[in-house]
Amino acid sequence: MTDTSLLVLLPFLAALAATIHARGAAGWGLAGTVASAGLAAHLALSVHASGPASIAIGGWAAPLGITLRADGLAALMIAMTALVGLGVCVQALAAWGLRPTAVEDPRRARMRMGFWPLWLSTLAALNGLYLSGDLFNLYVTFEILGLAAVGLTALSGTRRALRAAFDYLVAGLAGSLLLLLGVALAYAAAGRVDLGVLPLLADSAAGRIAIALIVSGVGLKAALFPLHFWMPAAHSSAAPAASAILSALVVKGALYLALRLLLEGGLVADALRWGLICLGAGGMAWGSVCALRADRLKLLVAYSTVAQIGLIMLAISVAGDPLTGTAWQAAALLMLSHALAKAAMFLAVGRIAEELGHDRISGLNRSDLRPGAAEFAFAIAAISLIGLPPTAGFVGKWVLIDGLIGQGAWPVVALVLTGTVLSVAYLSRVVSRCLRGGPHIAPGARRPPWRAGDVAAIGLAFTALFMGLLSAAPLALLNGPLLS
Amino acid sequence: MIETWLPVAILMTSLGVAPVILMIPDGARTLRTTVNLAAASVKVCLVGWLAWQVARGTDFEARLPVAPGLDLVLQADALSVLFLALSAVLWFLTTIYAVGYLEGGTDRSRFFGFFSLCVAATVGIAMSGNLFTFLIFFEVLTLATWPLVVHRGSAEAHRAGRIYLAYTLGGGLALTLGTIWLYALAGDVTFTPQGTLGNLPAEHPVTLRIIFLLLIAGVGVKAALVPLHGWLPISMVAPAPVSALLHAVAVVKAGAFGIMRIVYDVFGVETTQALGLAMPLAAAAAVTIIWGSLRALTQDDLKKRLAYSTVSQVSYITLGVALISPVAAIGGLAHLIHQGIMKITLFLAAGNFAEGQGVKKVSQMDGMGRLMPGATLAFTVGALGMIGVPPLAGFVSKWYLAAGGLDAQAPLVIALLAGSSLMNAAYFLPILHRAWFRPPPETPAPRLRRIGWMLAVPPAITAGLILAAGLLANAPFSPLGWTRFIVSLEYI
Repeated sequence: MTDTSLLVLLPFLAALAATIHARGAAGWGLAGTVASAGLAAHLALSVHASGPASIAIGGWAAPLGITLRADGLAALMIAMTALVGLGVCVQALAAWGLRPTAVEDPRRARMRMGFWPLWLSTLAALNGLYLSGDLFNLYVTFEILGLAAVGLTALSGTRRALRAAFDYLVAGLAGSLLLLLGVALAYAAAGRVDLGVLPLLADSAAGRIAIALIVSGVGLKAALFPLHFWMPAAHSSAAPAASAILSALVVKGALYLALRLLLEGGLVADALRWGLICLGAGGMAWGSVCALRADRLKLLVAYSTVAQIGLIMLAISVAGDPLTGTAWQAAALLMLSHALAKAAMFLAVGRIAEELGHDRISGLNRSDLRPGAAEFAFAIAAISLIGLPPTAGFVGKWVLIDGLIGQGAWPVVALVLTGTVLSVAYLSRVVSRCLRGGPHIAPGARRPPWRAGDVAAIGLAFTALFMGLLSAAPLALLNGPLLS
Repeated sequence: MIETWLPVAILMTSLGVAPVILMIPDGARTLRTTVNLAAASVKVCLVGWLAWQVARGTDFEARLPVAPGLDLVLQADALSVLFLALSAVLWFLTTIYAVGYLEGGTDRSRFFGFFSLCVAATVGIAMSGNLFTFLIFFEVLTLATWPLVVHRGSAEAHRAGRIYLAYTLGGGLALTLGTIWLYALAGDVTFTPQGTLGNLPAEHPVTLRIIFLLLIAGVGVKAALVPLHGWLPISMVAPAPVSALLHAVAVVKAGAFGIMRIVYDVFGVETTQALGLAMPLAAAAAVTIIWGSLRALTQDDLKKRLAYSTVSQVSYITLGVALISPVAAIGGLAHLIHQGIMKITLFLAAGNFAEGQGVKKVSQMDGMGRLMPGATLAFTVGALGMIGVPPLAGFVSKWYLAAGGLDAQAPLVIALLAGSSLMNAAYFLPILHRAWFRPPPETPAPRLRRIGWMLAVPPAITAGLILAAGLLANAPFSPLGWTRFIVSLEYI
């Protein structure tokens, strides 16, 4: 199982190569992403076939060395990262080219040389995060992830992006600091830092503070309401490919950690449950209201992420014991569907804004421009985010509500349904304009040409659409034994 | 022996064709029409073959596991064939009509692509083997019809689209909740004649009543049960072929078909009655029949009058199901087909009035019989059928419904049917009187366009079908003959 460590090592090496050999950055990026996707597929297949695996890097066992481990949940998250990564790479390659050309726009060259090392570092950090078995490793991967993500935010170089990146940096560092303090306190209180430490911390005052610190650190990183303040600006002002990565993948790292902690949290998880449900519901409500009021398309999509994180957090907090129920699988499915749909949506919005020259929602009805492929992709992605059949989001909500009915948690069912209605409300603001025609279109209106960004957006959106019918595959992974 | 490929093939003749049509450039009319009509013809043939096989007792099933305990199942039983035949034949005719109707319009590839997707969803609903599959296709139908409702792109069309979505997605939410709840309670809810719930009704009577309410409310939006019918008259702003599709084939019929599946194949006739759910459902249907007819009386807009008439007539189907009598069931099920061919005739003829002479209101109908005799004749056959004049199709359904009312010891049904038929006459006969017996206006509006064969032939054919379904009601493959076959399976 040395290929498991390659999942982290390979993207890192590729990132280094792309930094040093900047002329070939895109080539290194493509090679690193594709190779990593191959490894991810192999990992998923082997975990499915022969169960969870773990390896100690360099042969050093747990207290001294670093242990990488992969069960079905981790393998699914890694596969999700690879899938979204491939889609985003298609767009990035097309937007900024594979090789430098003789006469080149300096901005294009700067984006190409900046994007690929940052994306590869993000990929390596995410893979490492999903493969880590203890909180200290997780802290380290979070730190790398946070820095790479700030870089991605700032990449476009606009004043707005730089401001947002600075806020992101501050919030990210604060989150890391909280997490680090929490981990240190947990180590002092319980003498261990693996993921199963949470139940041991409830007895002492230091332990309880550690729990609070860890939870708020994770909440800040995951942009959980009301700690989401840094996020909409960051996600809405980055370049399309970067927004897609930030919104679809980066926040998933923290959500994944929250899911792990609660799955093994025992009684502590029970104590946290209602608090987290409230925050999740608050996120759904606040994100939806802001999305309803947003005047820019990218901002709407970013606030929709706030709402969706709220939904996922709701699913995480009712997860319960993996041995007795399957409700927690809903959280994983919702993360998968959100990743695919949101990446598609940001790429589509990038294309729409490119054709229009702006991304104001009120200006979407331009009479000299017919709806194009990007609008179509946006509509398909919206169906998945809402959770209508046959999408992955639908199966995720089905598993969630099924579990909630099993637990008799009717108020939470009502929250999920309300969130669904709200998502219809804010997404139909845009989707109805994708269907414009008749008197709103001038006779000679042009249709936007196909670009690679359209292809990537449509590919991801259709993956999200049909993933629902193929849910047997991710659920088979999740049904395997979990590592604790 | 279990066959797999035929249900999948029937689904793919529209689901597989939809993306192809969407990608055909708008100007390539011949290519688009060829693809469209070829697929529609293949579908009609396949459905005919399927009906033959189902009558011989072959089982059809195609299964895709989606999650543990959740399978996507396509199957074909006698009830599926009823709905499949309706949608396959009427899709073919409506497509021809729509090609002629939209001549020179914009966004035609989008229109025909979603049109195909709509029929794919209808076919999927017809062939669903369990409630989960039904739910999926039911929601796909909602999404696929939205672009058709807003096709004209005017502010009014978009408003209608919003209202349509609000109603149908709201209903979808209720249906989804009810379905998940039932799955949590009962495991896989496979459609089985005489019900699939086993001992559950004795254990959870209250929960099952709530679930029944949720499910019926969910499908009742599409079936336009009062007070969930508000979207139907408003969505009349859509082009005529879409109205025909919404009213006769796809949307309201999907709702009525859902009520059949829920009563017959999920709860079962006996359980429905034992839980005391049949009576309220029949009452809802009765209220809808009266309310729809009352509202139709006062509409001057021709399409709106037809829309309220649909509200009323579709509930005949629900009534037939809810009376819990085999005879009434025959009437209700046969009305699924009969109402379909009658209403599509009326809408296609109304579309021709609007296209040919710009006539959209009842008050403008004077002398239409002389100006457009073909369309007026088709309209007349449809209207007389709706009133229930023998020997037309509507008479057959009403006859069986009335007999079923007696059979179920609910003689009030006879009064209801008589009252409704009187009102049908009251809102249809004045139109016919104006059209045939009043002279055209002194200065008739100039003819807007020539009604080519593509617009003229489909309503003529469906008018012929109305006559045939009434005259040949006793033949084995007539709608009535087929529904007798179905009812013999649901009632022992």
